[in-house]
Amino acid sequence: MNHLIAVPLLLPPLVGAIMITSMRHHPGMARIFSVAGVSLLLLINIWLLAQSGSGAIQTYELGAWPAPFGIVLVLDRLAAIMLVLTAVIALAVVLYAIGSGWDHRGRHFHALLQFQVLGLSGAFLTGDLFNLFVFFEVLLIASYGLMIHGGGQKRLQAGVQYVVYNLLGSTLFLFALGTIYAVTGTLNMADLAVRVAEIPADNTALVRIAAVLLLLVFAVKAALVPLHFWLPSTYAEAPGPVAALFAIMTKVGVYAILRVFTLIFAPAAATGDLAQSWLPPLAMATLIIGAIGVLGARSLGRLAALATVGSVGTILIALGVFTPRSTAAALYYMIHSTLACALLFLVVDLVRSRRPDHDDRLVPAPAIMQGGLVSSLFLASAVGMAGLPPLSGFIGKLLILSGVRGTEPGWTVWAIILVTSLVLVVGFARAGSILFWQASGETKSESADTSGLRLTFVAAFGLLGSMVALTLLARPVLAFLTDTAAQVYDPAAYISAVLPQLGEIQQ
Amino acid sequence: MEYLVSIAVGVLVAGGTYLVLRLRTFPVILGISLLSYAVNLFLFSSGRLALNLPPIWTGDAAAYTDPLPQALVLTAIVISFGMTAVVVMLALSAYLTARDDRIDTRDDDAGGRDQA
Repeated sequence: MNHLIAVPLLLPPLVGAIMITSMRHHPGMARIFSVAGVSLLLLINIWLLAQSGSGAIQTYELGAWPAPFGIVLVLDRLAAIMLVLTAVIALAVVLYAIGSGWDHRGRHFHALLQFQVLGLSGAFLTGDLFNLFVFFEVLLIASYGLMIHGGGQKRLQAGVQYVVYNLLGSTLFLFALGTIYAVTGTLNMADLAVRVAEIPADNTALVRIAAVLLLLVFAVKAALVPLHFWLPSTYAEAPGPVAALFAIMTKVGVYAILRVFTLIFAPAAATGDLAQSWLPPLAMATLIIGAIGVLGARSLGRLAALATVGSVGTILIALGVFTPRSTAAALYYMIHSTLACALLFLVVDLVRSRRPDHDDRLVPAPAIMQGGLVSSLFLASAVGMAGLPPLSGFIGKLLILSGVRGTEPGWTVWAIILVTSLVLVVGFARAGSILFWQASGETKSESADTSGLRLTFVAAFGLLGSMVALTLLARPVLAFLTDTAAQVYDPAAYISAVLPQLGEIQQ
Repeated sequence: MEYLVSIAVGVLVAGGTYLVLRLRTFPVILGISLLSYAVNLFLFSSGRLALNLPPIWTGDAAAYTDPLPQALVLTAIVISFGMTAVVVMLALSAYLTARDDRIDTRDDDAGGRDQA
């Protein structure tokens, strides 16, 4: 057994616990520990990604209890990609939070962030549906703390809405799990895939209900229209670096949809038509509403939040087709849009912190400090979100367009993606020209605290650099993602990796 | 007994849903609690309701009751308890800072920071 697989679930809580117990009064030490912990995690996750490249699906049985009785962690290409993405975003967020001083505007920022990373890593690694619920709760409870970090009336009120919405989602998740367990008698994903396939086609009513409930829960997480209402105020009111970290939270929902609806309720099975018939129209509506929201937003934070909604729509359009080719395109666009969303939220915070009197409202204001740097970062993130060349969003959208060609809603998808891209361009151009070009008067030279500013730009340009790398390395990345999609659409390999004894019995 | 449990779950869900749709935080929190009780009962019954049976197969017993849902319920209870504590604290601090316990934020959709 490869013990390295368990490290992403052991390292963050260990670092977090040390920070809470012994660094309450040493904020500097907590910063060092946080950066070191996340960097180490990034290295380990990259190592795991390299290992997963061989194509073998590795499992880790917790407590050496064999599946399906114990909980297993499963490392395949998809999980490894998500782990690396999580660590990259977390590192940028930690650096930005330190540079901008956000981590000292409340308590336990770094510890909460470590627990958030734990929840995310666990959700990507686990091979057990109930364990997925538990890790969802871990990442949510950490995110509740992060979301209201720094306090303030607006933020607390938005936080209450966010928590209530997600508690309802968790309740639905438990109902789905209870139904699934009542029908199949197992919650191990590989075992479920076997059992669900064995259910006769005329007796799938209960398991279909469970599948729809699961789809609803994951749609809440992914902010799919009409279940997206929690997202705009949450992301707009959350502290900038936290909103950037939340860029990966919607992707947890996308990941869960991809995992569950290719493995358990596989397209070939009797229950496979559910996601295929529901996802594409809802995803298109999500993209359209996100684009309209970007056009109509009156503050930069809300604009960024609605652009996130739109990007989830784009990903799920490609995913909803459920072919390996479109899935590879969706994964490429997901990596890109996570980086672009995170960068955009960091830019929002850079703007906010420089306009004390006008916040992030889209109204003309005195020119901001370091306007050139901030506006060029805004331009880069806008180019990324709208999917214009030369950044990776363009390649991603191109791949999605070519991936859905020849499938059922093909031309509608082309029209919607191309038109919404134009709408996004207009929306971002409007926001950028108000913020940066209609700026009047002299730059207020705030010499107050510029010590950490360098670090904030390191974080932002680091994210931009990873987008550039994703563009330049598009060919090898896409080759890897094509292999990933092939692995995702081969449930038999997953099942035999988790349940090796099953193959022996059948032979 | 199946009828009794299913009616109880249904009543709890109905009451919980009604309360969650209220406009103030206190009824909403009560509603979430009711819903979590409902889901705990539901999970408990998902392993089939069996009376006076051991949870572990011993050989001399004729049948056994499924212990897994009980473990699931225990986990769910712990999590929902913690979550309720979080949401109570959050709602209290929102109420104390805003002097208002409405669950919806006003002038929110129109870029709420305008009148902030």
